Amino acid sequence: MTAEVRFQAIHHRFGTFTALHRVDLTIAPGEFIVLLGPSGCGKTTLLSILGGFVTPTQGKVLINGKDMTHVPPRGRPTTTMFQDYALFPHMSLRDNVAFGLRMRGVAKTPRRDRAQEMLDMVGLGDKAERRPHELSGGQRQRVALARALAVSPDVLLLDEPLGALDLKLRRQMQDELKAIQRRVGTTFVHVTHDQEEAMAVADRIVVMNQGRIEHCGTPEEVYLHPVSLFSAGFMGEMNRIPVTAKGTGADSPLGALPLPVASGGGVLCLRPENIGFAGELALGPARLVDTGFFGTHHRCHFAPLSAPDLRLVAHLPQGAVLEPGREVQLYASNPVILPHEAAA
Amino acid sequence: MRILSWAYLVLLFLFILLPVGALVVFSFQDGRLPVPPFKGFTLEWYAKVIADRDLMAALWNSFLVAFGSSALALVLGFLAASGLARVALPGSVLLRGLLIAPMTVSYLIIALGLLQVFNAVGVRPSLLSTGIGHVVINLPLCFSIIYAAMGEHQRNALRAARDLGAREWQVLALISAPMLAPALAAAFFLSVTFSWDEFIIAFLLTRFDVTLPVEIWSMLRSGLSPATNAIGSLVFLVSVAVVVTLEFTLFRKSRS
Repeated sequence: MTAEVRFQAIHHRFGTFTALHRVDLTIAPGEFIVLLGPSGCGKTTLLSILGGFVTPTQGKVLINGKDMTHVPPRGRPTTTMFQDYALFPHMSLRDNVAFGLRMRGVAKTPRRDRAQEMLDMVGLGDKAERRPHELSGGQRQRVALARALAVSPDVLLLDEPLGALDLKLRRQMQDELKAIQRRVGTTFVHVTHDQEEAMAVADRIVVMNQGRIEHCGTPEEVYLHPVSLFSAGFMGEMNRIPVTAKGTGADSPLGALPLPVASGGGVLCLRPENIGFAGELALGPARLVDTGFFGTHHRCHFAPLSAPDLRLVAHLPQGAVLEPGREVQLYASNPVILPHEAAA
Repeated sequence: MRILSWAYLVLLFLFILLPVGALVVFSFQDGRLPVPPFKGFTLEWYAKVIADRDLMAALWNSFLVAFGSSALALVLGFLAASGLARVALPGSVLLRGLLIAPMTVSYLIIALGLLQVFNAVGVRPSLLSTGIGHVVINLPLCFSIIYAAMGEHQRNALRAARDLGAREWQVLALISAPMLAPALAAAFFLSVTFSWDEFIIAFLLTRFDVTLPVEIWSMLRSGLSPATNAIGSLVFLVSVAVVVTLEFTLFRKSRS
């Protein structure tokens, strides 16, 4: 089961603090969407509004076209996987997973069968009689997922579900989440502050900052073609070079560049892995200041000869071996010019 | 130094346990007065006590009042704590203060207040009015024990239950109460103990059906007797049994 979710002009205040500024967002049925942003950006509030735990000050929530703004969690076709799992410690895993079905009046035998089926799906079928405290963090995670999916919700909400896991387990769970979402087809709304996690699982990423949506698009769009300096910087490391308009091109500390710039000037953004010895945009000669080997790449700091105080960070492939002090011609690809951030 | 600390320990326990020890020892006194010297061993007083209808009726009354009032105080305290933990009302600090306020008032004042109120509304002194009085003194206790046991972990589990479709009474009965079982049991048994021992309220609010402490007091008016020691020892035995049972079941479990 799956459903479309529509936020219409959601505005929410906690006392004098405005957590959400008239947010509009439509989520397609079966989509895996990630709300991404730093803490305090409003992503968890938006999720709570969708789950029915918070009623927005203004605006509407529609699930499958039905207005759900004032419906309590019990009446919504949504379930949540909570950050601390929130399993019931006094129940076996089977009873935990079957709880939602029990609340819906499903008879004992079918709900036990369904619980077993869900536990099998997350690989814990042999531990149905155990209690939550006998499990590891990753296993509790899976039980929480099985419990939330057992009632076949139209929309599954995931509130930083992988936050408490170590890195390796987190990557593994990301793959599993993605695979399970493909299998069940439910709309997933996932909240995180980890941009790598967002890119790993999302069909579409919603970058949020200070109660507003900064950018909404596929991982490729958000990473390669950011629309604001905030989302560019939040998605990963970025070289920022101030540029001003000059004729049909741009003037920068590196000299004239053949890029169109708005009259107010802007910031040229280049990802470290997009700087190298070949590319569509010539950056001129630069001297290598220092370098470090990071396994997947060499991380290098370059000082352009035309602007010795500027530092460019470049990720060069494993094969590239350079001595500090060497002078090379640098090129870049995928240049993006963004307007200056509004003085906030 | 070592001997001194041992001596201190022995003195301490002597100080605490000597009165109870004396009570138990002289309940077996083969004589008319429970005072030294010890004249010999007899179970005569226990036989007398058990054969005493008034005393046994008082014992049963105490039992009724203790368990009835504690059960009610527990339910009310649990509901109040659940409500106050769930929503942040503007005056919730004040509400909490009001709920635990009776703890700071002496039993005598509470008893006098209740006596006047019961008189005004026409409730006769009885076991029922005593039970109500015990709810008044035990509700703050139950509320504070249960409220203190509710944490973030608990709150999240309740949220999850609502999210999965539980109605409010189902949340309380299926998730909240089982998760709080140790605190609920502690609150209940402490309430039972306090109600079981309570004298002033019971004395002022009962007339014909009296509780055990009131019955013992009226026995004492006709002078000391090993019979009062015997009933005291029996009551003490019950208390010890309850505490030991609790220690071996609930508290052991919550510690591990």
